[in-house]
Amino acid sequence: MNLETYTIEELQLKRKSIRRQLLKIPGLQGIRIAVLGGSTTNELVDFLEVLLLASGFEPVFYQSEYQRYYEDAVLEPHTIAAFRPDLVYIHTSAVNIQAYPRLSSTEAELSAHISAEVDRFRSIWQSLQKHVGCQIIQNNFELPLSAILGNFDAVSLGGRTRFINELNLELARSIQKIPGVILQDIQSISTRLGLDHWVDPDRWFSYKLATTIEGSIAIARSLASIIRAIYGKSRKCLVLDLDNTLWGGVIGDDGVDKIQIGRETAVAEAYAAFQEYCLSLRERGILLAVCSKNNEEIAKQGFDHPDSVLKLEHFAAFKANWEPKHENILAIAKELNLGTDSFVFVDDNPAERALVEAQIPGIAVPDIGPHVSQYPSILDAARYFESVSLAGEDLQRADLYRDNAQRASAQASFANYGEYLDSLEMTAEIERFRSVYMERIVQLTNKTNQFNLTTRRYTLAEMEAVIADGSHIGLYGKLSDRFGDNGLVSVVLGKIDGNCLHLDLWLMSCRVLKRDMELAMLDRVVAAAYRVGVQTIYGYYLPTSKNSMVADHYEQIGFVLFSRDADTGASTWSLDVTDYEAHNRHIKILELSHG
Amino acid sequence: MDNLLEEVQGIFRDVFDQPDLVISRASNARTVDDWDSLAHINLVTAIEKRYKIKFALGELQELKDVGDMLDLMRVKLASR
Repeated sequence: MNLETYTIEELQLKRKSIRRQLLKIPGLQGIRIAVLGGSTTNELVDFLEVLLLASGFEPVFYQSEYQRYYEDAVLEPHTIAAFRPDLVYIHTSAVNIQAYPRLSSTEAELSAHISAEVDRFRSIWQSLQKHVGCQIIQNNFELPLSAILGNFDAVSLGGRTRFINELNLELARSIQKIPGVILQDIQSISTRLGLDHWVDPDRWFSYKLATTIEGSIAIARSLASIIRAIYGKSRKCLVLDLDNTLWGGVIGDDGVDKIQIGRETAVAEAYAAFQEYCLSLRERGILLAVCSKNNEEIAKQGFDHPDSVLKLEHFAAFKANWEPKHENILAIAKELNLGTDSFVFVDDNPAERALVEAQIPGIAVPDIGPHVSQYPSILDAARYFESVSLAGEDLQRADLYRDNAQRASAQASFANYGEYLDSLEMTAEIERFRSVYMERIVQLTNKTNQFNLTTRRYTLAEMEAVIADGSHIGLYGKLSDRFGDNGLVSVVLGKIDGNCLHLDLWLMSCRVLKRDMELAMLDRVVAAAYRVGVQTIYGYYLPTSKNSMVADHYEQIGFVLFSRDADTGASTWSLDVTDYEAHNRHIKILELSHG
Repeated sequence: MDNLLEEVQGIFRDVFDQPDLVISRASNARTVDDWDSLAHINLVTAIEKRYKIKFALGELQELKDVGDMLDLMRVKLASR
């Protein structure tokens, strides 16, 4: 069910029946969310519930009493802890500001007021991290509804507009330093809608609702996209049509000299602006691909146009032919080792969009409309590519995939596969979890779906707690080769129980499939287990719709079947470590000096 | 059945997700299941959106049943 197609009125009226239908979808992922509000939060929680259901979650909520967010978090955190939330959302609004500076405020008074507000929130986060240990989402503030000093309100040390602006900046600075707290930018969300459409004072006086219904929905939509991002469900790849999508005109008919791109006309400028938008997505880690009905050779000429912002090297996959688009997109998914539910497809042609949407499960096909100048804002509004952090990996990802294409062409000319692997000159660093990598470890854990034996998800706080308890072995693997550094690509986590080790997690990025990295990981897992007196390692395979590629993983690396559940297909495997011989032949292991 | 009552009944059916719900002028929060304070906000918001009218603060507290609300709506619709 695509909730984007509902108007706000329909969504409000039909919410209960939409909810009823969405609850029938099998395989929903449970998620527990505590909402601590400075206002009545039921309305936004109601919308959040259906939006999360539509994203494959089945949420359960705890809501604080109105205006009890501070007391619940700091004075009575055990009630929230008993609810066992995966996430806590702290929702406050300008009405919850404790004290604004007086109009005749000095610099020092303004700073003191800002510190007081931020410290109050910091004590909330600290209490929650200490007593509940879960992911926290904290919103910043909308600008005040009335600026009594007019434009000067943004300048005066006693102006509320200036106060909120500085408070939001200080909140961002604080949150940036605290792992496990994510900011929801309500200042931007409310600005998009317009403050006069964001707040209805009657709703505050009557029901203690801090926003209009439009505001509640906007908050819920942005929260849902943050939650999707936390759980690795953000989109990863933008698939683009060419003619009248990336440039104006039809290159096969008009020729490369006549397509509209560049600075010559308003239309050409709009296409160039959209190309720049696509390029900026690529720079932050979104893969770009082309899927176009065209002659491949002619289509590629479009990117030789001197004013083309995008160049061929920016695309991780390029399909220009006369096959149906959905078949090409499935081929792209296979080539990039990504699920189609991580794809967004942009095409000016409604018929192609309808076909692709009908034929490909999970792909997002926005109604992009007829105006290229609007494409960036339409894509932005749908929040497909939300991210909660930007790891160095994200900034390099598009290049990593391009390196993969070079590796694939190198592969063609070797006598056997082992020779190819040797030619890659691979070096791996496989070590116990280190704090500098925790963010990446959690990110990889939460977004890897295919090479993932158990598909268990962890928040940063949960992962840190697991490692701190001393009864787990957590190993990360980084792999580089002569084409470049693949970064941190594999995670294995096992729980020690007497002389047994139970592998709760084993996952690997698909960009290093078939490189024997899993064998190198196994060698290190066995060595680490052996050192702490483990005799038997138990591996678990929990099937999902996406991880069939690892159904035989444990068998292939020498484990013996221990048991299999006939109903679910889940299986348990065991490996005796006492007579284990190293498996890895092709990857050099980097020994870090410890101490 | 009066047209406005029929339309408002449709809104009630959607908000409560009860396709067979029947309301009359005499219906009120005590006679309709699930008509709690949250459902009340939903109903008022839905009616305000649908008819592009706005209830003033305090106006709704004085209403004792659906009939009173329909009468108030008619006054507002006439002066729109």
